[in-house]
Amino acid sequence: MRTETIDTLVIGGGAAGMSAAAAVEARGYSVALVERDDELGGVLLQCIHNGFGLHEFNEELTGPEYAERWIRIIGKTKTKVFCSTTIMELNLLEDGRRECFGYSSVHGVIRFLARTVVLAMGCRERNRGNVMIPGTRPAGVFTAGLAQRLVNMNGYIPGKDVVIVGSGDIGLIMARRMQWVGSTVHAVVEIQPYPSGLTRNISQCLNDFKIPLYLSHVISRIYGKDRVEAVDITPLKDGVPDQSGTFRITCDTLLLSVGLVPENELSKQVGIELNPLTGGPIVNSMLMTSIEGVFSAGNVLHVHDLVDFVSAEARLAGEKVADYLEGKRPAREIRVKPGSNVKYVNPGSIDPVNGSELYLRPLIVANNSFLTVSLNGEVIKKQKKAHVQPSEMIKLSLPPKIFEQLDIGEDPRMEVSLNDES
Amino acid sequence: MKDLQVKQVYDLAIIGAGVSGASIARRLAMYDLDTVLLEKETDVSFGTSKANSGIIHGGFHHGTSLLKSRLELQGNLMFDQLQRELHFPFTRCGILVAALNVEEMKTVEYLYDRGRKNGAIGIELCSRERILDLEPKLTRDVVGGLYAPGGGIIEPYRFVFSLVESALMNGVRLMTDFKVTSAVYREGLHEVRDASGRTIYSRYVVNAAGLYADEISRIFGGEQYSIIARKGEYYLLDRMTRACPGKVVFPVPNAVSKGMLVIPTVEGTVLVGPTADEVPDKEDLGTSSDKLKQIFDSARQMIPNISSRDVITAFSGLRPALSGGDFYIEPSRLIPHFIHVAGIQSPGLTAAPAIAEYVKDLLKEGGLSLKERSDYRPTVDKVPRIRNMTPFDIDALITENPAYGNIICRCENISEAEIVEAIHRGHETIDGIKFFTRAGMGRCQGGFCTGRIIEIIMRETGKSFDEISKRGANSTLLWRSLCERKQ
Repeated sequence: MRTETIDTLVIGGGAAGMSAAAAVEARGYSVALVERDDELGGVLLQCIHNGFGLHEFNEELTGPEYAERWIRIIGKTKTKVFCSTTIMELNLLEDGRRECFGYSSVHGVIRFLARTVVLAMGCRERNRGNVMIPGTRPAGVFTAGLAQRLVNMNGYIPGKDVVIVGSGDIGLIMARRMQWVGSTVHAVVEIQPYPSGLTRNISQCLNDFKIPLYLSHVISRIYGKDRVEAVDITPLKDGVPDQSGTFRITCDTLLLSVGLVPENELSKQVGIELNPLTGGPIVNSMLMTSIEGVFSAGNVLHVHDLVDFVSAEARLAGEKVADYLEGKRPAREIRVKPGSNVKYVNPGSIDPVNGSELYLRPLIVANNSFLTVSLNGEVIKKQKKAHVQPSEMIKLSLPPKIFEQLDIGEDPRMEVSLNDES
Repeated sequence: MKDLQVKQVYDLAIIGAGVSGASIARRLAMYDLDTVLLEKETDVSFGTSKANSGIIHGGFHHGTSLLKSRLELQGNLMFDQLQRELHFPFTRCGILVAALNVEEMKTVEYLYDRGRKNGAIGIELCSRERILDLEPKLTRDVVGGLYAPGGGIIEPYRFVFSLVESALMNGVRLMTDFKVTSAVYREGLHEVRDASGRTIYSRYVVNAAGLYADEISRIFGGEQYSIIARKGEYYLLDRMTRACPGKVVFPVPNAVSKGMLVIPTVEGTVLVGPTADEVPDKEDLGTSSDKLKQIFDSARQMIPNISSRDVITAFSGLRPALSGGDFYIEPSRLIPHFIHVAGIQSPGLTAAPAIAEYVKDLLKEGGLSLKERSDYRPTVDKVPRIRNMTPFDIDALITENPAYGNIICRCENISEAEIVEAIHRGHETIDGIKFFTRAGMGRCQGGFCTGRIIEIIMRETGKSFDEISKRGANSTLLWRSLCERKQ
């Protein structure tokens, strides 16, 4: 069996993995980047629409183009890339190293021995079982991402008459894509009273094609023995289904865009502590998980809306890994908690000496609200937000200078909140 | 030379390739007979045998006077040898019945007495301490219960697949998509025709048609009875759930059903269910949201850790029930050489090997001559499954066949080689491959692997994209190709 000894093993060759690998390698450490698919890029390769790269490259790129930029960056480094290789096991060795087994039809089984590991496995789609849609179990029910892969990579159109459940971004993108390949999208059905995808996608993918969006509606039944034949759609009244408003749409295909879940099976296997709100590991200001030397970034940490944010977060993780390999540890950590109207804050603690970047997910839809950061009850930063909604993550920088004049205290309490200010 | 219409004449035709039909086919494959197994679906085990609790019962649920009770006891004891020969996933993890109050404990004592009378091996009454010791995941409110160490769990479809494989290896012929539509008996032969016009002739017929045994009996002109479909809904929980018990946990049963169970599957997931509701439509495999609460509330009373958050999928199965409740395994009095194997609901899976013995005896009594074959091979080849192997063994395997290194289903750790093997063994639909390999059975429910499996099926079978189906017939997955537009 082949053994690879490196400083850092990056698991997952999508946007997060490539960015993290490049950042660690730039600091002179040896890196192996492992990807289960035949080429680097992850889910970007099936996202042939544009809208990627505005932050990272100042250009509007398609998914494959965005991936290609990063593949070129990786190509210029000494990173050892292992495609067609799936990591199946992560062990903590007694000498402090991390051992991983990668399975590959090209390389056989590879045993990786690494001082640090970056988890960059991305996320997967929630499916019919997770949302428990009643009815028969025919062919023709696909997750939106699977349908996207079938159309964009395999070249097959799954169905003719389509209903989409959930207004997540992949669902919206697929609504437009299915129209373009000659199918008819009859409805997008969203359980929440607001869309769960980006505003620009509602406008460009639904409104431009006159596809009806039913907010506060659910799919209450699937019909069809062999293949989907119809679905029942029921409105919610005060949060509960109002059967009197149920109507039926004839269709042969149901696409589900009902959320993404960070893919943390490896993390669970080694006992990494997870945050039930994000589904990702709990990390400190270095993006290090509860297991020493194991870091996490990108959609495996928490689901992002923009790939640019994934790249940025993973670059930070890569830098922190290099810091860690150099023996640096945060001088001080302040735990950050989500305050009012905030679902979660990631990472869960910040480093006041070196500064930190936070990502937070709002719980509310609001115009002209204020984002406030407080330390021990005192407001230390305040930002006006023209519009916030749960589907749009907020990025917040806390540079060290904010903390220079502050008395942090023995037991600091930090909170991030969103409030309507009067 | 003129066209010779060669009549296909069999000694024995078995209708239905579920667990009963497959067990009978494999048992009779020991003899020098021409046997055909007829299945209306596109693959075997696609009916009741694929969607049930997967339990090898412990011998205390049914009264001694019933045929099914006797066959359950006898069948249970046959599984160890069958597993050695056929390598299906099976383990005797033990079965518990948990009593939550003193009243229930009285019923448990009654079950215990019945089990003893039936001859169930090793069953015992448990105190609260004993039962919590046996199953620490049980609620602290448990007052005691019953333990049947001989009970176990099995992957039912894998059991059927291996039975059929063994039967085929020993000369049985399998015809799928064969839906019997008419039959006549003349000149000592049953002439059996299917919907597409195929005809076979057989001297003896076994009706193991499950939900449709009544329909088959009617077509052949046999006894009139009616099979009632009783639906059971189940929820499957992720293997990472904290609620996974070490043993099958039953509540104290009531008159209608054995109640809502918590079942650790052989493959590490957890099943919760089933409900028991009679439905008018024998194709009604729908699941409903109003059953969810009922199922989980009931299961949580026994194992408090159970959470609907861990659900990866729901499914339902239909039990083929006869009024009276017992199995109906008898030669027809109206038509010659025709044996009913009907009403095989629970404990049909447990009883199946014994049902096969019983039917073999009935056939012999009915005049079928049984001469043992000298070349009978009881054992099927074991399929390597990488999820059960060490990295070192897998490395060696990849050297022989690189496809073992290509992980297609990452939730259940299934390699390309295992999928190819399934296809080569005749499972050419997405569901067939799923049941054979487990690809698509895990937490992502095929979200990642379905596209890849479609491509492997096309490559291995030469089928075109629009012939790929979930489970045969009209359950095709793809409408059009972007490359060659079909109009």
